[in-house]
Amino acid sequence: MDGVKLHAFWASPFSARVIWALKIKGIPFEHIEEDLPNKSALLLQYNPVHKKIPVLVHGPRPVCESMVIVEYLEETWPQHPLLPTDPHKRAVARFWVKFIEDKSPNVWMVYRTVGEEQEKARRDSSEMLSILEEHGPNKGKKFFGGDSINIVDIAFGGVALWMGAMEEVSGCKMFDAAKLPRLNAWIANFKSSPVIAENLPDRGKLCDHLARLREKRLSSSTSK
Amino acid sequence: MADEVILLDFWPSPFGMRARIVLREKGVNFDRREEELLSNKSPLLLETNPVHKKIPTLVHNGNPVCESLIIVQYIDETWGPESPLLPSDPHERARARFWADYVDKKIIPAARTTWGSTGDAQEAAKKEYIEGLKVLEGELGDKAYFGGDRFGYVDVSLIPLYSWFYALETLANFSHEEECPKLVGWAKCCMQRESVAKSLPDQHKVYDFMLEFRKKRQAK
Repeated sequence: MDGVKLHAFWASPFSARVIWALKIKGIPFEHIEEDLPNKSALLLQYNPVHKKIPVLVHGPRPVCESMVIVEYLEETWPQHPLLPTDPHKRAVARFWVKFIEDKSPNVWMVYRTVGEEQEKARRDSSEMLSILEEHGPNKGKKFFGGDSINIVDIAFGGVALWMGAMEEVSGCKMFDAAKLPRLNAWIANFKSSPVIAENLPDRGKLCDHLARLREKRLSSSTSK
Repeated sequence: MADEVILLDFWPSPFGMRARIVLREKGVNFDRREEELLSNKSPLLLETNPVHKKIPTLVHNGNPVCESLIIVQYIDETWGPESPLLPSDPHERARARFWADYVDKKIIPAARTTWGSTGDAQEAAKKEYIEGLKVLEGELGDKAYFGGDRFGYVDVSLIPLYSWFYALETLANFSHEEECPKLVGWAKCCMQRESVAKSLPDQHKVYDFMLEFRKKRQAK
C-alpha cells in the first residue's frame, strides 16, 4: 500500500477532522505541519484551486476538502466504518454533514466580525445548533452515528470543539447549554473518546492563536 | 413490489434538474410533482424536508432524501449499478466530489447573483462566475466529459446551468461562447443525451421567469 501524508495545521478544525478519521481507522500517516500563512510549494502544487489545508496525499495523488477526504478514507480503508451500508441511511448521514458544512461558516463569522454582522452570525449559529439538537440523527444515543462515532460526529466535532475558544476570544456566546442538553451531552461524550481527546489542540494555545489572528483581521479591516 | 418514487421539484431549479437527469439516466419511473415554491409549499414537502423545506426532495417508498448531490449519489447507489455515475476508483470519486462541490460553492451562487442583481453587485458576481467557469474549463481539458469518456457526476452537477445561459448572457451582457467555448461545446454534447434534453427547461422560458422574479423583487 502506498504511503499516506497529511498536510495539516495544528489549529485547524478541518485538519483535525481528517486526523480523527485516520486514527479511528488505524491508518498510518505522516503528519506534515504547514506553517500558515507561509504555505509550502508542495501544498500549492497539490491544491492549486483553493491553496488550503488539509490535503491528504496517498502515494502520488492529492485529495482536498476535509469531508471529501473523509469519504475517500472510508472508501479506501473500509475498517471501522464511518458511514452506514444502507443507501438511505447513508443519504441521511450525508445530509447532516452537508447541513453542518453549509451552516458552520456562521460560527467562523462570529469570531471574525463585530457589531451587527456578528450578531446575525450568532443568531444563525444558534439556529444551526437548535436544529441539530431537535432533528440530528440517532437521538437518545451517544453519538450521531449511534453507539460509535461516524462521519456526522466528525463533521460536527470540527465545529463544536472550536466553538468554545471562538466564544472566549470574541466575547460572543453561541452555545446555550441549558437549551441544548442533547448537544451538551454529545460534546462530553465526543471529547472523552480517546482518539478525539488525544488529538485536540491545547485550549490555551488555541485561544492565544485565535485572539492574535482576530486582532490582526479587525485592525486591518478598520485601517482601510 | 413496485418502487414508489416521487420527486418534489421546481422547474427552473438546477438542483431539481440534477435529480431529473439521473432518474432518467437510470430508467427509473418517477412521479414528478411541481411545487409552488413562491407561494404554497405542499404538506408532503414540509413533512419530508422539515429542516430546509426545499426542493428537490426525493421520496422513495416513503423514505425522503434531500439535497441534490446526495439524491444523485443515492440514486446511483440504488439503481443501475452496471452504469455508475461516480467512478469506481476512490481517488477519481474524490476528484468528482471535489469538482461538484466547486460547482455548488463557487459557480451556482455567482450565477444566482449575476441574474438576480444589477450594477456593481452584478458585475462582481459576473466576474466571479466567468472566472469559475474558466477554472472548470481547465479541468475539463480535452476530455469529452469531466470524468473522461463517460457522462458522470460532475457533468450532472454542472449541465443544468446551461438552461440559464441565455438569461445570464442577456441580463449581464456577455457571451459564454466567447468566454468559455470549450465548456459550451461540452454542454451541447451533454444536451444530445435524452435524459438531459428532457430535464432542462427552454432557455427563453427561464429568462422570462427570471425577469418576472426580478420585477417582483424590485416592486417590494
